[in-house]
Amino acid sequence: MTPRPARVQLFATCLVDQFFPAAGHAAVAVLERFGVEVHVPPDQTCCGQPAFNGGFATDAAAMARTTIDALSHSDDPVVVPSGSCADMIVNHYPELLAGDAVYGPRAKALAARTYEFSQFLVDVLGVDPTAAPSGPTLAYHASCHGLRGLGLREQPRRLLHAVAGDRSADLPDAETCCGFGGLFAVKMGPVSSAMLGSKLDAIERSGADVVVATDVSCLMHIGGGLHRRGSRVRARHIAEVLADPGHD
Amino acid sequence: MTEAALAFHRRIDAALADAGLRRALALTAGRLAGGRTAAFDALADADACRDDARRARAGAIARLDSLLDQFAREASARGCSVHWAETAADARRIITGIARERNIRLAVKSKSMATEEVALNEALEQAGVRVVETDLGEFVVQLAADRPSHIIAPIVHLSRQDVAALFQDKLGATAADVADIPSMTALARRVLRAEFLQAGMGISGVNLAVADTGSLCIVTNEGNGRLTTTLPRVHVALLGLERIVASAADLAGVLTVLARSATGQASPVYTNVMTGPRRRGGGAGTGPAGEPDGPEELHIVILDNGRSRILGTPLSEILYCVRCGACLNACPVYRLIGGHAYGGVYPGPVGSVVMPGLHGLEDWSELAHASSLCGACRDVCPVKIDLPHLLLEVRREAASRELAPLWIRAAMPAYSAVATRPRLYRWAGRAAARLARLLQHDGWIRRLPGPLGAWTASRDFPAPSARSFVEEHQARKAAAK
Repeated sequence: MTPRPARVQLFATCLVDQFFPAAGHAAVAVLERFGVEVHVPPDQTCCGQPAFNGGFATDAAAMARTTIDALSHSDDPVVVPSGSCADMIVNHYPELLAGDAVYGPRAKALAARTYEFSQFLVDVLGVDPTAAPSGPTLAYHASCHGLRGLGLREQPRRLLHAVAGDRSADLPDAETCCGFGGLFAVKMGPVSSAMLGSKLDAIERSGADVVVATDVSCLMHIGGGLHRRGSRVRARHIAEVLADPGHD
Repeated sequence: MTEAALAFHRRIDAALADAGLRRALALTAGRLAGGRTAAFDALADADACRDDARRARAGAIARLDSLLDQFAREASARGCSVHWAETAADARRIITGIARERNIRLAVKSKSMATEEVALNEALEQAGVRVVETDLGEFVVQLAADRPSHIIAPIVHLSRQDVAALFQDKLGATAADVADIPSMTALARRVLRAEFLQAGMGISGVNLAVADTGSLCIVTNEGNGRLTTTLPRVHVALLGLERIVASAADLAGVLTVLARSATGQASPVYTNVMTGPRRRGGGAGTGPAGEPDGPEELHIVILDNGRSRILGTPLSEILYCVRCGACLNACPVYRLIGGHAYGGVYPGPVGSVVMPGLHGLEDWSELAHASSLCGACRDVCPVKIDLPHLLLEVRREAASRELAPLWIRAAMPAYSAVATRPRLYRWAGRAAARLARLLQHDGWIRRLPGPLGAWTASRDFPAPSARSFVEEHQARKAAAK
């Protein structure tokens, strides 16, 4: 295992930055609580995933270069509170920039020191959060790109189990896509909505008070669906739950 | 959007509105996917088995030219007639020609997507040959004048009740005949048995051809494949030119994962490996004894129909596909819309790569957008094809030919400009948050304008934060100092 880093860079992702700042502040608070100094590089923007997934490789490569620049002021590990944006940096930047003599090697170097938030806490810091005596019942939705791109299966569950213990609801088909998929949600709106419908039914039937995920993108989708339904269930990022497990 | 793309979206809407279809799909695709999971969980070294199968397929595609030559040579040496069909029309012409020259009036068929691809049945019927589908699902499809909606489960879109009504209507079945699935199967068997005994030609696809022995492997669960390929005097096998492996050992490697992926079975009920037509006796008591059964003639039609155009392109990995259908069953989109919505012979994630690969991007690239890129297909592929990556390759190629919707093409330069200029990004974020204040209520937007309205059709959209995380974080740090 790599030595325990004293300092990390947080790549917040554009959705956390612009829509869900609470998840970013929570990620900072949790990392600091576990003794890590957090630096937030100010010139970070969007990782380029929407362009990449839309087939606009040249635009995506330009955004990748911007992000590589923003995160290369130091060699500190990069923590990303999103499985899909971390997957973009770890798995797709090196492929996207393979033919770039300057940014290709930098993409590989960045990929090697980039971690999704729960992955960093468990695999690098080896943290063991303390149990909260009370709090909401949690259901965990496994976001696709973290799950299948980064192999995040146990890490988020282990963290949630540590803080919530038995206050966890079994979510059927937890590893089935919620239907977000970036532009897919708009381009294929009716299919995306039908996928979301199945996910929301499962969440509501699970008896959970809060549905938790590693990605605010899925949570924006699921949360927007729950709000439209008038559901009592809340959608929260795993960093928010770890920062304040008693809150619902 | 192209007319083909618009038609695709209309078919999706129709499929989503069909409650019966959604029930049938959830049931059958769910059962197949569950069977697949259980079969691989029970397999020691499941991942290594998939690696073996991938190696066999990748090796074959890497030297496809020489393997095809070897296969044709070996099959011919064993008495087969080998035909090359560059296009679907060539395949139809060759096969109807074989039938016409032999004055064949009735052909029985086992299940074959390649024959669907070239629309063989229609051509044969026009040439005066009655064609009878003998796979139970395909038999139902033919009775209903329908199309298969799944690679291996052609009537995944129908319920048991749908089939019972069809049998009563088309076959004059009694209530007892359609009381349950075994009774319906027995009825189909009675009808089909008579056809098998009269048919002059049997037509099959090929699951895999073996290059070094010139053999054909066909797997079925109903035994109809065995009857189709042995009872009639003439057997015609239509082989997609990529469906080849080097050796029997490689065949075994693929068979280990094929049925497990398709239906969750450790092996299919019938695995037939056929090498040449019926052998005649050596004569004079010296040679081998003649074989008592098998066709007198075995014709192998090797079909290109666009496949060789995929070779050497970024999509060439799709040629590893062995058509198990696992990616369909795993795909949350396929499971909602079914196979017909895709509009082509090959649906689901694999079809969304194969159709544009075979038939061009103009009419087929929109299929590649019918995926959230969740990756469930890649996880179940028996030969580990990186389907999300191939879907992205289709999207890239389509985008480079300006086939993406106008609003996305229009928005991309602006998005790109903002995301590559950190100061512009900060400014744009603040501007968007101010603008969104006009649309939001209690932090939520219930209706977005233009194409984004597709989001708010079923979900609320969060209002952007008045102050971004990065700016707020900087402010907090400054205040703490």
